[in-house]
Amino acid sequence: MSIVVENLSKRFGTFQAVSDVSFEVPTGQLVALLGPSGSGKSTILRIIAGLEDPDTGRVSLTGEDATSVPVQRRGVGFVFQHYALFRHMTVRQNVAFGLEVRKKPKAEIDEKVDRLLKLVQLYGYADRYPSQLSGGQRQRVALARSLAPEPRVLLLDEPFGALDARVRDELRAWLRKLHDEVHVTSLFVTHDQQEAFEVSDQVVVLNHGRVEQYGPPQELYERPVSPFVAQFLGQVNALPLRALWNPQILNQNPVDAAFGAEVLKSDEAVYVRPHDLDIHREPSSRPCWRGTINRLTPLGGIVRIELSISGDNGLQIDLPRDQQLALGLAQGEDVFISPRLVTTIGGSSEPSADLAGKFYTI
Amino acid sequence: MAINQALTGEPNGFNRMSASKWGSLPIGRWLLMTVVIGWFAVLILVPTVALARQAFAAGLAPLGRAMASDEFLRAFGMTIGITLVAVVVNTIFGVCFALVLVRQRFWCKTLADGLVDLPFAISPVVTGLMLVVLYGPDGWIGRYLEAGGFKVVYALPGMILATLFVTLPFVVRGVVPVLQEFGVDQVEAAYILGAGRWVTFWRVTLPSIRWGLAYSVLLLIARSLGEFGAVMVVSGNLLGHTQTATLYVHDGIEGFRPEGAYAASLLLAAVSFFMLIGMGTLRKRVKTSKQT
Repeated sequence: MSIVVENLSKRFGTFQAVSDVSFEVPTGQLVALLGPSGSGKSTILRIIAGLEDPDTGRVSLTGEDATSVPVQRRGVGFVFQHYALFRHMTVRQNVAFGLEVRKKPKAEIDEKVDRLLKLVQLYGYADRYPSQLSGGQRQRVALARSLAPEPRVLLLDEPFGALDARVRDELRAWLRKLHDEVHVTSLFVTHDQQEAFEVSDQVVVLNHGRVEQYGPPQELYERPVSPFVAQFLGQVNALPLRALWNPQILNQNPVDAAFGAEVLKSDEAVYVRPHDLDIHREPSSRPCWRGTINRLTPLGGIVRIELSISGDNGLQIDLPRDQQLALGLAQGEDVFISPRLVTTIGGSSEPSADLAGKFYTI
Repeated sequence: MAINQALTGEPNGFNRMSASKWGSLPIGRWLLMTVVIGWFAVLILVPTVALARQAFAAGLAPLGRAMASDEFLRAFGMTIGITLVAVVVNTIFGVCFALVLVRQRFWCKTLADGLVDLPFAISPVVTGLMLVVLYGPDGWIGRYLEAGGFKVVYALPGMILATLFVTLPFVVRGVVPVLQEFGVDQVEAAYILGAGRWVTFWRVTLPSIRWGLAYSVLLLIARSLGEFGAVMVVSGNLLGHTQTATLYVHDGIEGFRPEGAYAASLLLAAVSFFMLIGMGTLRKRVKTSKQT
């Protein structure tokens, strides 16, 4: 394990930024710290870097306790959201800085800076100043600078947050490629779940300074352990079970089919992703709910359909455009909806043991 | 340069307006400009010209003689010496103080922040009096120092102290906003790259605040050269001994030796002129370094 964080806590005044956070980043992996703003993700990164001291807890880097090692000797690389390039230095001087303060021989510095500038595809820009570069180029210089002293781990704090959407997409793909070449253990902070999914091997989901869930992106998406994770990672329909317990609107209740009729009296909710729902004009043999279309929003390749089932329960379906056209759906029409995947999540108000974390294909 | 102009739009826009619309300015604008320029002339231009005229009225010979006199040279030597000390001490202190104010949190921060401006608020004469009360022959500290044979007031140390006090706020006030603008990102980046505090200060922080600092130091020098009130009170104004350039001008007027006063004034004014040019250049530098 390259980065091990144990029971980390940090309080700023009355604000508990981080509480009892533990996780591990395996050697060579790229892991994302994902959470909304104020969830403590940047604070955790700064504690690992040594820029903040934790109130309690330990940080280990490549097997050594680093909790009390000063920032200069932790051997981490850090990429800031706003680049933090030295504005009065050229690109070359920026990248060389970490080697110069370590008093490396000049020939070695020159050779290494050249190599890194080629790696980040900025070889021709060595004598420019940061103000003469675009945002994406600046962030690549920042990355080269952080890699120059050969850090044990690389930490990236919302590295693409200040860039516009297209450059962000390019850089994401490029970072993933770079990581596959360099293989430095990396931890990066983001609030963008798509970014976390695209780039990382594993994702740590944070909320209110706590770890909600840790795992590969697809697993978090398919088997969230809390309503927060389900709702933070992409769109999801949360349907309160009690509200669905209304036999009059049912053909055969899909929840009934999946979990048994008893479940419908519990306080829990079931979660269905918008693309895990099928829509029909006539009741089929599959269990389905009856619904009314409230609104159709074309979003390019898909159409977002908002419906209400069982009275006021809103439901959102993402349907491929051609399917919507084939069915000829329009606002105000009654349709039948059958889910393909239904998930329950334990641990909301009253976790019921037999329901927690179940995952059904219907 | 062209990009800068396009971005700010300032020089281009201004030229266009002044070139094409000069003749068709509405009466209100004409009036405003006349008042502004007239006021400027009456208050600043005319007195300056008058001084120069009067100084050169008797030809260059008396001026040259005054400038070659021992008292004149000593007075300027003293002013330059005191200014040098003030620049060195208050630059170092000012940068330290600004760093503490911007980057540290402590309980009396607001108080300290406010008190830095005290020398601006207090009349220099009062400053001089404070120093006399403290360091004078019968002063709280002065009586012990004088007993030990160390004269502060009516001697060079007192004059230096007075100038230090009066010029203290310049660097602090000039550097604090630049440091705030600079932030801590680059400092943290340097730390993470392995640089210690000292290296980070010299290689990252100082180069980033240099133009703001230079501007403040220039203001400090101008104030120090022109300081009169506080130094007057603590110096005793002993001819050729504790006399600075401004005190020399004062003495010249009082003692009916106007050539000396003219010569010293001209020299001080010339120095000020060059410093104004320097300030203008530096202000531009500060501005552009903020943009990048």
